[in-house]
Order: sequence, then C-alpha cells, then structure tokens
Amino acid sequence: MAMMTATSAPKEARPASLAWARLAPFLGILLAAVVLPFVSNDYWVLIGTRMAIYWVLVSGLNLVVGFAGHLAIGYVALLTLGAYTTSVLVAGNVMPPLPVFAALPVAAIVGAIFGVVVGLPALRLRTFYFAMSTLGFATIVTQIALAWQSVTGGGIGIAGPEFPHPFDTATGFYALCTGFAALTTWISANVGHSRFGRALIALRDAEVAAESAGISKQALLIAIFLLAGACAGVAGGLFASLQTYITPDAFTFDLSVLFFIAILIGGRGSILGPLLGTIILTILPEVAAPLAAWSTFLYAVLLLLIVLVMPGGIAALLDVRNRRPLAANRAILPRPSALADIMRGRSGGKTLRLRGIALSFGNVRAIDGLDLDVAPGQIHGLIGPNGSGKTTTLNVISGYYAAKAGTMTLGDAALPPGRPALRATCGIARTFQTPRVIGEASVLENVMIGGTVDGRASFAEAMLSLPRSRRDEHALTAKARALLGVVGLDVVSEVRADRLQHSELRFVEIARALMLDPDMLLLDEPAAGLSNDEIARLAELIRAIAARGTGVLLVEHHADLIFDICDEVTVLNLGRTLAAGTPAEIRVHREVVSAYLGG
Amino acid sequence: MLASIIASGLAAGAIYALVGVTYNTMFSTSRVMSFTAGQLAMLGGVFGSLFTLKMGLPAIVGFALTLVCCAVIGIITEFVAVRPVLKNLDQHLYVLSTLALALMIQQVAAIKWGTEPQPFPRLVGFGSGVFDERFWLPVVACAVTIVGLEVLYRRTLVGRAFLAIAEDNFAARALGLPERNLRIASYALAGIVGGIAGFSGGQLLLAFFANGALLNFYGFVPVALGGLGNNRGAIAGGLALGLFQQAANFLVGGIFSSVAVFTLFIVVLLAAPQGLFGAATARRV
Repeated sequence: MAMMTATSAPKEARPASLAWARLAPFLGILLAAVVLPFVSNDYWVLIGTRMAIYWVLVSGLNLVVGFAGHLAIGYVALLTLGAYTTSVLVAGNVMPPLPVFAALPVAAIVGAIFGVVVGLPALRLRTFYFAMSTLGFATIVTQIALAWQSVTGGGIGIAGPEFPHPFDTATGFYALCTGFAALTTWISANVGHSRFGRALIALRDAEVAAESAGISKQALLIAIFLLAGACAGVAGGLFASLQTYITPDAFTFDLSVLFFIAILIGGRGSILGPLLGTIILTILPEVAAPLAAWSTFLYAVLLLLIVLVMPGGIAALLDVRNRRPLAANRAILPRPSALADIMRGRSGGKTLRLRGIALSFGNVRAIDGLDLDVAPGQIHGLIGPNGSGKTTTLNVISGYYAAKAGTMTLGDAALPPGRPALRATCGIARTFQTPRVIGEASVLENVMIGGTVDGRASFAEAMLSLPRSRRDEHALTAKARALLGVVGLDVVSEVRADRLQHSELRFVEIARALMLDPDMLLLDEPAAGLSNDEIARLAELIRAIAARGTGVLLVEHHADLIFDICDEVTVLNLGRTLAAGTPAEIRVHREVVSAYLGG
Repeated sequence: MLASIIASGLAAGAIYALVGVTYNTMFSTSRVMSFTAGQLAMLGGVFGSLFTLKMGLPAIVGFALTLVCCAVIGIITEFVAVRPVLKNLDQHLYVLSTLALALMIQQVAAIKWGTEPQPFPRLVGFGSGVFDERFWLPVVACAVTIVGLEVLYRRTLVGRAFLAIAEDNFAARALGLPERNLRIASYALAGIVGGIAGFSGGQLLLAFFANGALLNFYGFVPVALGGLGNNRGAIAGGLALGLFQQAANFLVGGIFSSVAVFTLFIVVLLAAPQGLFGAATARRV
C-alpha cells in the first residue's frame, strides 16, 4: 500500500487543481445564495427558498435517476408524505403535538421507508416498471390525502408546521432551507464520488460487468432509495412550512415533472448539472410569467428536446475537457514490469477445478460433462470452433449461468452456481468478448470499479466522507492509476471511456480485472480486434500476470497467441473436451487439426 | 351489493383491459411501452364529449371522429416519440420521450378543455340500475374489440404481418415486410383501441384531463399481470383488476382500494416479474 501512494505522489498536483475546479461552481452558487437576501426583496427570497427545498429533494433523487438510471417519475408522492407527516405531527392530529424539529426526522424516516417500498420493483425490473410504480404511488397518495379527512383534513387541508425563532422570518427560513440544501449537496456528492456512486453508474451502464466486479445491486439500490426518500421527506416538511397551509392540490404531478426533468436537463451522473437544472426550472416560470400556465408543457418540450438532441444535458456542455481531441497516433505501451509493485506475488495459490460441468439450452447441450483444471501461475488456453462452449464455460465459472450438473472449486472453496456477484470476493475476475465499460465515466473510474469489493467503508461512512471512506478512495485511485500505467493507458486516464478505441477498451478491461488482484483471471478473446504489435504486448502482459501467481484462463481464436504463451491448452468441440495437453501436443493432435486448426 | 360490485368492476376492468391492449399493440411492433396509452383513453372521453355534447353531432359520427383523432395522435406518437429513439432501444429513452409527449397531451387537454370533469352524454339510452349503459357499454366495447383484433391478427394478411414483426423483427424485415409502415399502422390501431376505451368508458369516468395519468397506471397493471405483449393476459388481468378494485372499494372503502391495487401491483412484480402468463427472458451475457 505504501508503495502505491509513493508511485502516485508526483501526480498529486494535477488532481488537486482539478478538485478546486470541480468545487468552484458549487462555492459560487453557495456565495450567490448567501448574498441573495441582501441584494433582493422578499419575493426573490421566497423563490430562493423554494429552489433550496426542491434541491433538497432533487439532490437525493439525482442518485436514483442520474446515477442509478432508474426513472422515478412520481417523487412528488414522497414530498407529499413528508409534508403531511410533518404537518400532522406538529398539529397533533393523531398523537400529542411534536416540536417541528422532532417531526422533521420522522418525516425523513417515513420518506425513506416509502422510498424503498416504491423502489422494490426496480430491484428486479428496469425502467418502465419502476416509472410506473412511482406514478401509481403518486396517484394513490393524493387520493389518500383527500379521503383520510380525520388526519389530513381532506380537501380542506391542514396548516403547515411553523419553525421556531430565528427561522420564522422569510430570511431565517431561507437560511434554514439553504443550510439543508448545502448539506444534501455535500452528502450526495460524497456518495456520488465514492465507490458506491461509481457502482451505481456501473449498474446503470454495464450491469453485467458490475456484477462480475462484485457489486450487489439489491443492497446498493435499497441504500440509495432510503437516502433519496429521506431527502424527499425532509423537503416535504420544509415545503409544508413554506406553503403555510397544504391541501392535496398543492402537490400536483407537475412538481414531479419538474424534479425529474431538472435532473435530465442537468445530465446523468453529475451533481452540478441537476443543481443548475433545478435553479433554471424554478426561475423559468417567474421570468416568463405569461407562460406560467404552460410551464409543464414547456418542461415536457424541454424533456423531449433533451432526449432527442442533447442526451448529455448541461453536464455534457460543461465538460470542456472531453471535447479536446485526443492524440491520434497514441499507442498502448504496457509496462508489465511495474506489476510487481501492485500485485502481491503469491506462492501456492489456488487451483480452479471444474468437474463434470453440464449445461443445456433447450435441447442443445452447450457443455456436456466438462473437466478442467487451471493451476495457479499457469496460462490455460481454451480453444475450439464457434459454438463449442468456450464463452459458455467462462459464463458458468463466473456465475452468469448455473450449470445443471457438476462442481466448481477454487482452492478449497466451492463456487456457488449462478451467483455472478459473489465471484469477485472469491478472487475471480474476468473480461468480456465485447468490452463492457461505462462510456460516460472516465477511464480511471472504469478501472476503479474493479476494486469495489476492496472498499472497507460502509455506505454511511461514504455519505459523510469519514476517514475510512477517504482512505478507500485514495487507495483505489492510486491502485487504478498504477494499473493504468501497467497496461499502458495512463495518458488517457481522465478521458471518457466512450472516446477510446476498441483495442484500448480491451486493456481497460484487463486493468479493471487486475484491481481485484485476482487468484483467477478469465480472459474472453482479449486479442480480438488488436493489431499484431498490440497482440505481442498483450502476450507479454498476460505472461507477467501469470508470473505473479495468478491463474489465467484464456479463450482465444488467435492460434499463434495461444501456442505462444499457454502452458496448457484444452480444445472444446460441441461442449466436450476434444483434446488437452501442452501446446506442442495440441498442435499435432490429428482430430484438433481436422476439426479446428485446419491444414 | 354483489351486483353493483360485478357491474362496476367489469365495466372499470374492461376499460383497464382496453388500455392494456393499447400498450400491447404499441409494444408488439416497436418493443416500446408508451406513456401515451392512458392519454389516448383520456382523449377518447374528451373528444367524445366534445363532438357529441359540445358540438351536438350524432353519437355515431362523434364516435368515428373520436377514433380518427385518436388514431392521428397514435401516429404522432410514433413519429415524435418512438421512431427517433428506436435505434438505442437498450437505453430506454422511450420512457422519457413518450412521457414528454404524454405530458404535452395532458397539459393541452387541461388548458383547452378545462381542469374540471365534464359530463359525457348517454349514447344508447338502454338499461338502468346495474344494467345501465355506462356499465355494459365498456364491456361490450371490450368484447367487440377483442374479437375484432383476433380476426385481424388471425384472418388477415396485415394482421399476420403484425404478428410476424412482433415475433421476430429482423426475420420479418428480411422477408421484405414493410416494417416501418406496419409500425405506423399499429400505432394508429393503438390509438383506435385507446379511443374506444375512452369513448365507451366516458359515462363512467367522465371527460376529465387527469384520467390520462390514472389510466396509464391502472391500464399498465393488467399488462404487468398478464405479461408484456400478451393481449389475453391483459384482458384477464384487466377484468380481475376491475373486480378486485371495486370489491375493495365497496368492502373497505375508497382509500384502501387504491392502496390494495398498488400493493397487488408491487407484490405481483416481485413474485412474478415477467407477469403471470409471460415467459422469462434469457440472460444477456
């Protein structure tokens, strides 16, 4: 660990200035918020208050919509819940009245619970179902608020909570809301820039790769729904106080649309973008007063334009660095020798054993009783004609398919079938036939995804950016930078991954896999699409990885590469082992030559 | 009471089922779930009231005009919100684009038509009590629509082409089927089905702009129950949902019937994510 911080020390200067450049817009907005009451009238302070309250909700929702990519369109329901919870508790309709600062945390808890309830479908199904469940929740909450007259006052409504001195004036309340807004900004930024935020984006854009990195979708999404729900609950309490009197009519679906669109206009995976989006959308109806009745229509037009014309939103507009052209003649120059500084060398190591693995798709036997041993420190080639079951074998090992028969062990531990998210903790890492990277994240962040399971800090620690979380981040960043050096991509570490060439993405995937410091590395056609020079460098890199004691299972069609670097080769045909042995034996094996190699 | 539950339950269920079929019709040729489904049904009521009550046209003329208008809205959906995002279906941008269009439709309806529910005229003037036409009309409309769709899909060439595209888009295009035109046609058809739902349910739901969002949800529940693209599942799911909702409504009161529906929706999604009649999809590694 000490070694790694040492290697990254000379590069500290640039990230530090980068951090300031990232922070500056937020400080500017905060400064403007502080100055606002002194330079304007009560009306604009009111607008500012509303903006701050909206942002309290949107900052949490942003993690759900912008980071996790789940389209929550009915979050006004959680605002409603928070507003009524606070108002009812302070008014004392169901139990003795509570002070408002005690009611607000209750609203946060209620919001968090229902945030999870509404989010449940998102744990198993994507997009439209979740959008629908939030929409359905929004319709029923309003109906309940109308019908449950004894508690909510029905259509007549209920008085909003009053905050004690000094928050009972317009300016005082504005200061309180701005304080909450600053707090939620800080929290959401902490989460967004932690391994949890990156994991959310990984689940959104490259779910399969995220699973192989050991990211548990369920736990992570529940944490995010709790946080976003709590933010919405608090925002609801503040909103009720701002309104002074709430009826179900105050919570129109238009508000939901505003929250949702603010994030999309802002851009996915950004904090600053949605913040600007919220500010713009709150001001828009004020400066275009004649259009106020049409505001939702305008929001909808904006949404359509964003989707069709500018999917990246404001954040993409502001991202100047990624519009600079990349050097066209750049080459991937791996430095495998540097591996020794990063990966622990291991003696002994763990052997991957497959015994009698069988898997059918319908009537097709994709794998039919396969035995395979990959020893530590060895490069094991897996070759065969198309459809012979090579990638399927990798998918069984990494848990995407559950074998119908047979056992798998790594070292002494059995690998549970069909549980891809558990493989990373077992020490198995892999790459994919088509590189699965997060296009919108930087190369560095993509590599850091691979080390997600190494983080020690809990979600709560990451939220508050406690020391353990900061140590995690430093360690992951340093290791990822070092590994990018090893695979020869350190010059593009800050570039968006979707700007890279195909061959570079292959090396990004290898770096990501190495973040785990794996016992077993599965490579699925790593040489496909590479030039001859690049294949030679890849061969050197794979040899260096195996030399550290990692077992490598290599699926490849380049026979030259296989025979050049493998210690053992297994040839598959129709899901069965056709031949196994050293490259020299395989090269002259009669059946292999006729079935696969030709000649 | 049982009679009222069954009458109102079947009526509401038939409307939900038709909205579900609207979703499915759009889904079958484009793999897109569109938020405009509920809005089309809302427009069926609004246009119907506009033509027959406000403009005083004969019911049959008003009905025909309503269907034409809804079909046009369906086609607009295809052009504005579906076609531009079909290239990247896996990014699910259609959720946003169709939502945007649905919001526009709803907002225009709210401003031009008004935010108060407005009456829908009696069309036939036959039946009373639980046999009132506002109860049996949606059920009849639903039955006729289903029979019509079955005949279309099983007996006509165009219908078979729809099925071919729904089954395997690439293979259908390789056979030379005009995929784009068929998609436009299916969106027009979806508009008609949605229009029928809104027109036949007009007396029950009134001509009200906010019905759109409501029907979006209540019409989607049968689709979730029955499995995406499964019309029979949507009909069964819709009728069951209507009866369930009205039973809850009469037995435990209005507040909890919506809670019950929502709970049912969440539970079904968690227990059977592909719907009760749907097939599981393969993995994507």
